[in-house]
Amino acid sequence: MRPIATTRSASGMPTGLLAVWWVVASEIVIFGGLLASYLMYRLSHDSWSEQAANTNTAIGATNTFVLLTSSFLAVSAHAAAEKGDGKKAARYLWYTIGGAMTFVAIKSFEWYTEITHGFTITSNTFWSFYYTAAGIHALHVIAGAFIMAIVAREAAKGLELHRVELIGIYWHFVDIVWIFLFPLLYIAK
Amino acid sequence: MSEQEHEHEHNYGKVYLILLVLLVVSILGPMLEIQVITLITAFGIAGVKALLVARKFMHINEAPKFISYVMTTCLVFMMLFFAGVSPDVMESSGDNWKKNLKMWLYSPPPAHHVSHAPEGHGSGGH
Repeated sequence: MRPIATTRSASGMPTGLLAVWWVVASEIVIFGGLLASYLMYRLSHDSWSEQAANTNTAIGATNTFVLLTSSFLAVSAHAAAEKGDGKKAARYLWYTIGGAMTFVAIKSFEWYTEITHGFTITSNTFWSFYYTAAGIHALHVIAGAFIMAIVAREAAKGLELHRVELIGIYWHFVDIVWIFLFPLLYIAK
Repeated sequence: MSEQEHEHEHNYGKVYLILLVLLVVSILGPMLEIQVITLITAFGIAGVKALLVARKFMHINEAPKFISYVMTTCLVFMMLFFAGVSPDVMESSGDNWKKNLKMWLYSPPPAHHVSHAPEGHGSGGH
């Protein structure tokens, strides 16, 4: 007998699934507030476009491609888990982790370049927002990759396959946040 | 059932390709440097991409209805925050302050209270 509640009678859905949707709901408020604040300041400060012109669109687009691909791999892992193929699900999850690591590597290179060119978090309000928003998002990517590694290890043994869907939902949300960060930070110049 | 699952997998590939095409459009559109097209291609397409990911990858439409309501409520609260705060944040001037291009500057109130006060006697009886 497992000492955990596996379903919620009130919501009629598994506890883990309900929990991950609550996480997503709270994240909407966190990132939503951040993006709404950015938008307010961006619209009321024309000078921000001068600063935004220094962000690298090619790097931002590459990272968008990486995250969209990793989302596709995560949903493929979910499809494999639904069929009960734990090994295949684990393999797709490891590919997704590869995507996360690529994203972080590209972001590190980008930040290194920007910082060495004098654009630091204290340069001005635009860069403060830029590093805060992208930094919080990158932390979510790193956290997701760690959790995914734990889920993949279990899934490879054919255990806890329902968790593949749960980490997938979180991962797709991280992707959605980037979908909005990309035009805000890299396109609107 | 397995046929349905296969169809699902097939759809994932199709959705992924659509997302990539939308990504290319969102990069190329703003290159025309026409504001309306930039807004539509960058931000409009971001909304479409997010909706596609939520529906096709997160399967939000297959979750119980209340999940969609909770997510929508969070989004509405975000918009309320924007609507409540932006009229003030986006003001260009207010009581004792004026915004210039890069920062907010202290802008003293009209000096009529002190202008007639004799030097060294403070600001008068106000």
